[in-house]
Amino acid sequence: MFRLEPRASAPLLWQVATPVLAVIATMIAGGILFAALGFDPVAAIRTIFWDPLFGPAASYSRPQLLVKAGPLILIACGLALGFRAGIWNIGAEGQYIIGAICGAAVALAAYPADAFWIFPAMILAGALGGWAWGMIPAVLRNWFGASEILVSLMLVYVAQKIAAWMAFGPMKNPEGFNFPGSRNLQQYEPASNPELIAGTGLHWGVIVAGIALLVTWFVMSRHVLGFHIRTAGAAPRAARFAGVRPERLVALCLGVSGALAGLAGLFEVAGPAGQITESFGSGYGFTAIIVAFLGRLHPLGILLAGLLMALTYIGGELAQLMLQLPAATVQVFQGMLLFFLLGFDVLTRYRIRRRHA
Amino acid sequence: MMIDPIAVFVLLLGAATPILFAALGELVVERAGVLNLGVEGMMIGGALAGFAAAHATGSPALGFVAAAFAGVALSMIFAFLSLYLLSNQVATGLALTLFGLGLTAMFGKPYEGVKAPAMMAGPLGLNLMIWLGLAMVPVVWWALTRTRPGLILRAVGENHDAAHALGYPVRRVRLGAIAFGGAMAGMGGAYISIATVLQWTEGMTAGAGWIALAIVVFAQWNPWGVLAGAWLFGGVTVLQLRLQAAGVAVPVQLLSMAPYLATILVLVLISARQKFGRSAGGAAPGSLGRPFHALR
Repeated sequence: MFRLEPRASAPLLWQVATPVLAVIATMIAGGILFAALGFDPVAAIRTIFWDPLFGPAASYSRPQLLVKAGPLILIACGLALGFRAGIWNIGAEGQYIIGAICGAAVALAAYPADAFWIFPAMILAGALGGWAWGMIPAVLRNWFGASEILVSLMLVYVAQKIAAWMAFGPMKNPEGFNFPGSRNLQQYEPASNPELIAGTGLHWGVIVAGIALLVTWFVMSRHVLGFHIRTAGAAPRAARFAGVRPERLVALCLGVSGALAGLAGLFEVAGPAGQITESFGSGYGFTAIIVAFLGRLHPLGILLAGLLMALTYIGGELAQLMLQLPAATVQVFQGMLLFFLLGFDVLTRYRIRRRHA
Repeated sequence: MMIDPIAVFVLLLGAATPILFAALGELVVERAGVLNLGVEGMMIGGALAGFAAAHATGSPALGFVAAAFAGVALSMIFAFLSLYLLSNQVATGLALTLFGLGLTAMFGKPYEGVKAPAMMAGPLGLNLMIWLGLAMVPVVWWALTRTRPGLILRAVGENHDAAHALGYPVRRVRLGAIAFGGAMAGMGGAYISIATVLQWTEGMTAGAGWIALAIVVFAQWNPWGVLAGAWLFGGVTVLQLRLQAAGVAVPVQLLSMAPYLATILVLVLISARQKFGRSAGGAAPGSLGRPFHALR
């Protein structure tokens, strides 16, 4: 038999190798799953991971990569801060929805005015909305000791109900022939978040995601705040001796990750999605959790993981179209990926030794 | 509007049953020192497997058996990763939920729009699963507090190093607890598809697993508290549905937030009592959420 021996520190080689191993294992397991469902596994894997980038219709699907990766990376940056500190915000989906609603509210209130300040004001409202929604679990944890995991998750369902209410009630498009859903912001130029360079998928949200990556890198590796976050996660008692105040860290991590998720929602509603609908939340907030882990909570890793996850979204849609693969394939893939990642992680933290009799 | 209190109580029992099953299972898991956040994933797995089996055989009883097996199967993924590969329990449980939701969305398509067979009736007009759920409360309480295996399970949960030093098989005890939790969550999920909604829809558990997790905290890890929490939740759900039916001038979407808001409120109240209260009782099991790694 084998036994596990804890490593003093995680070797860089394994830190980089385990996500790659997890992706390969997921492809193999996914192929087996497709074969079991009666699909050609090689064709399915190629359609999901290769064709969106290099296939015959790649010029259509490639811009989508940035469109999907933008919100994922933006949200994952915020989550990574908290996860490093052992603060579990798993309600980013709710903060994303509330950010979008707040941003859209500004636009709909200003409609049909044409002013330069509308889009900046929406960005501010989106960030504030997400921040406020993230601060609810922070405050409840700091004041009463309520679990931020459960509170932030419950608030996802509440946010979804608010979105449904908005789509059917206060925000319903008065010129929408009584269909649920708000006005389409793509058609309201001062409030729209358009594709900045045609054919790239680049929009303001992607630019902000890039900035967020740089800032996260700076804070985590060059600023005392990053040191505090890392210490609090690795050794909470030692962190307290080092002068870290846990309450402030909770408020900071949940607030920042909420604001970033809110921004992601705002850029989505003003751009690719266009309007608030009942089903506005599309799961980015949950997928971003996988992005943060797959990226090892490191900005560079998050960038790569975000692009990979975006690829599975696009590839999944393509496979649905070309091979009639079920729509939920992507979700299954993402779940398996996280399982394999967590499993292979044992190699990073432990040395495997043969047990001597 | 007249509300017949007995009729409301019967509805409440039905609404509370899925949560009661799932929360009792998770209670045992947590008393063994493991935090499995995958309850929602195991519930949805049970909801689909149970519905599919009940539909194929025409027997709801076989549906619940299949649901229990599905819950155990899913829980074993969690058990293998968290117990043997020492993965982070929070992340692994979350992965189980995401995986369960995806897997059922993938395999559930053919069952959409199909009707469930009739539930097996029991005494007093309540179906047998309601009775089984109620019976499980004293059984779990008795097993945890009055039997030797229960004592060992609690020892493992309170201090796994000490339990290990005494020679108790920490990992095997936890494996059993996780399997029990999976079976209970699976049956709770199947109750939603077979007995409440009577059909299969994607993501139909709608957070019931997370509410069950909150109710374990609310119950302060005590089975009787779980019963109280499940009834409280059932009451809020029934009341909310009644208000919807009565056509109150509040949008339906806002009324349907009630169970989630009630859960947050209850969580805050109980956490505040633990933080500011005088009594030291009702604290979480000492080893909850910590991976166990025996060096020798």
